[in-house]
Amino acid sequence: MTAHPLGNGGRLAAIHGWLLLLPAAVLLAAFTHYPAVATFWHSLFTTPRGNRPARFIGADHYRDLLADPIFWTALQNNLVFAAGTILPSIALAMAMALWVNARIAGRGLLRLAYFTPTVLPMIAVANIWLFFYTPDYGLFDQLRGLFGLPAVNWLGSGDTALGAVIVVTVWKEAGFFMIFYLAALQQIPPELGEAAQLEGASRWQRFWRVTFPLLMPTTLFVLINATINAFRLVDHLFVLTRGGPDNATSLLLYYIYEVGFKFWDQGYAAALTMVLLSLLATVALLKFFWLERKVHYQ
Amino acid sequence: MRKLFSGLNQIAAGLGIALSVAATPAVATDLTFFYPVAVGGPVTKIVDDMAAAFEKEHPGIRVKPVYSGSYQDTITKVLTASKGGDAPHVSVLLSTDMYTLIDEDAIVPFDELARSDEDRAWMQGFFPGFMKNSQTGGKTWGIPFQRSTVVMYWNKDLFKAAGLDPERPPQTWQELVDYGRKLTQRDASGKVTTWGVQVPSSGFPYWLFQTFTTQAGVELMNTAGTETYFDKPEVIEALQYWVDLSRKHGVHPQGVVEWGTTPKDFFERKAAIIYTTTGNLTNIRNNAGFDFGVAMLPAGKQRGTPTGGGNFHVFKRATAEEREAAMKFVKWMTAPQRAAEWAIATGYVAVSPAAWETDTMKKYVADFPAPTVARDQLQYAVAELSTHENQRVTKALNDGLQAALTGTKTPAQAMQDAQREAERILRPYR
Repeated sequence: MTAHPLGNGGRLAAIHGWLLLLPAAVLLAAFTHYPAVATFWHSLFTTPRGNRPARFIGADHYRDLLADPIFWTALQNNLVFAAGTILPSIALAMAMALWVNARIAGRGLLRLAYFTPTVLPMIAVANIWLFFYTPDYGLFDQLRGLFGLPAVNWLGSGDTALGAVIVVTVWKEAGFFMIFYLAALQQIPPELGEAAQLEGASRWQRFWRVTFPLLMPTTLFVLINATINAFRLVDHLFVLTRGGPDNATSLLLYYIYEVGFKFWDQGYAAALTMVLLSLLATVALLKFFWLERKVHYQ
Repeated sequence: MRKLFSGLNQIAAGLGIALSVAATPAVATDLTFFYPVAVGGPVTKIVDDMAAAFEKEHPGIRVKPVYSGSYQDTITKVLTASKGGDAPHVSVLLSTDMYTLIDEDAIVPFDELARSDEDRAWMQGFFPGFMKNSQTGGKTWGIPFQRSTVVMYWNKDLFKAAGLDPERPPQTWQELVDYGRKLTQRDASGKVTTWGVQVPSSGFPYWLFQTFTTQAGVELMNTAGTETYFDKPEVIEALQYWVDLSRKHGVHPQGVVEWGTTPKDFFERKAAIIYTTTGNLTNIRNNAGFDFGVAMLPAGKQRGTPTGGGNFHVFKRATAEEREAAMKFVKWMTAPQRAAEWAIATGYVAVSPAAWETDTMKKYVADFPAPTVARDQLQYAVAELSTHENQRVTKALNDGLQAALTGTKTPAQAMQDAQREAERILRPYR
């Protein structure tokens, strides 16, 4: 038995420490690490069918993936979707927060109105928007009709479908992120702004040089959330487009659902899941090793 | 993802246990019966009443009908339960899921269940058009129940207004275009207010597309479900015709047309002719505020439509006793009198010639002859697209169709891509 550097008491303290960590470690292992490893393991096998057992195929699923045009479309759509949702929703959230943070009449109601999209269930939201987008009957086409413009098949045309889905997502996300900005704005000591004002800084300079940098930690938090959501949002697709037309709105997670639950190809779905997992892991690494050090204003 | 799978399995298994615990008495044979609802109307009540009537006539058997959502929900539930060792005894599922169910080793063929000559005679009693999606490899895996075809509905008022004979629907592809030109109306600014014809293409465009391919004289797959023919010239020509309706002739809306709003467009006079399932007949009859007609689809080289809808399947996990009870139940549910009542209540096509000979059915069509159109069209009907890995192959075709309809690919390119994808998926089954 080797001696513990801190003696017997140190050993006990270490055991004590590990025991305290145990419940969390078990949960983490059972619900995060084990599924990830199992998913990777399953991605190396064919999907068992009633009359065909699973067979080890190594990296075949990953080779299929490289040759699968729908996977590439979904990935590309997802990147466009991320670009189209992350920055606009953050910018909108910041603008809204600045507005409802000011002393204006009916501020409570305005905050409530902005937050409403967040508390509504996504499927209900999607149904409302489905109505907005419906050719001829929908709100948008009724409005266009007033100006004598022809009906547009927003969700039924490959050119507009993804954009239409992005608009719904930005509308949904901005209200949620606004809450974080609002909280952050109220944490900023008013003296800083006042000092800047005494120095003769314009409104824009005060925002850009004082408020904006102080909001950076919040922006980072919101950015991570927005990025994860961009790869995680899927429920509104079921209502709005079902990934169509011709996969124009298929996102990675939606494609995983299709492969896993409609086609029952769990092996291939596992391989797709690994791609999604590595994408999200990259985002997390970027946050911890690069962005984190850049944003804290001290 | 795995986490999600096993979680769902557990929930499904849990539900299964709850069901089997709820049904305890040992003397009676208990049957669990999953069924989807795909048309309007009080379908769950009708099914519950039918099950109750069956129990009254068969005291030793108890049926527990479980409404299980859409067709898609039902197959997902049934397969999940099946993998968890707790499949229902009987279920109505899309006839096109036959190969999937065989591949999962989930169902028993009715040939193994039929014991007497009477049973075998009953199996012969359905319209051959409906049996095309029920049989493969010389066996019968499903029994037709809620089946349909695509038919054409037309607005007689709009025909009159356009100077057309309101009693004569278009008979050929060329006539459909000519009629469509006369029926399509634009306002002063050139905006279309009424489309001549509307063929929906959301959700399951392949089904509507199959009307055109059948009319072009070509089948989309072989009967073993291992080959598809999406890139045959006739198929491409059929797709070209559909695309031309909007892009060349301007008588059909561009892009993807919603399945769900098509009947509403018809009620609102935004479409003069629509293609949709005969299962919408009761809905349209109740909501159209004008005189309308139901007709067979216009012919290309010939007339044609795919069949559609759901079949009864009996599951393998059932004991011999349960299988026998399941057989009795399916036989009872599809008997001529019941088939006639079911067809009248829902709008589906009565599945056997004998059902059309019942007094109930005769009285119904004497007053309202539209349902006979679907029956008469059955002689031109082909099997609905169904192969191994059915959902996946179907998606390949659907994607291609939508690409062509939205103009991102030419019909030829779209069908060649779809065929290549289907080849890849089906290779292991040959």
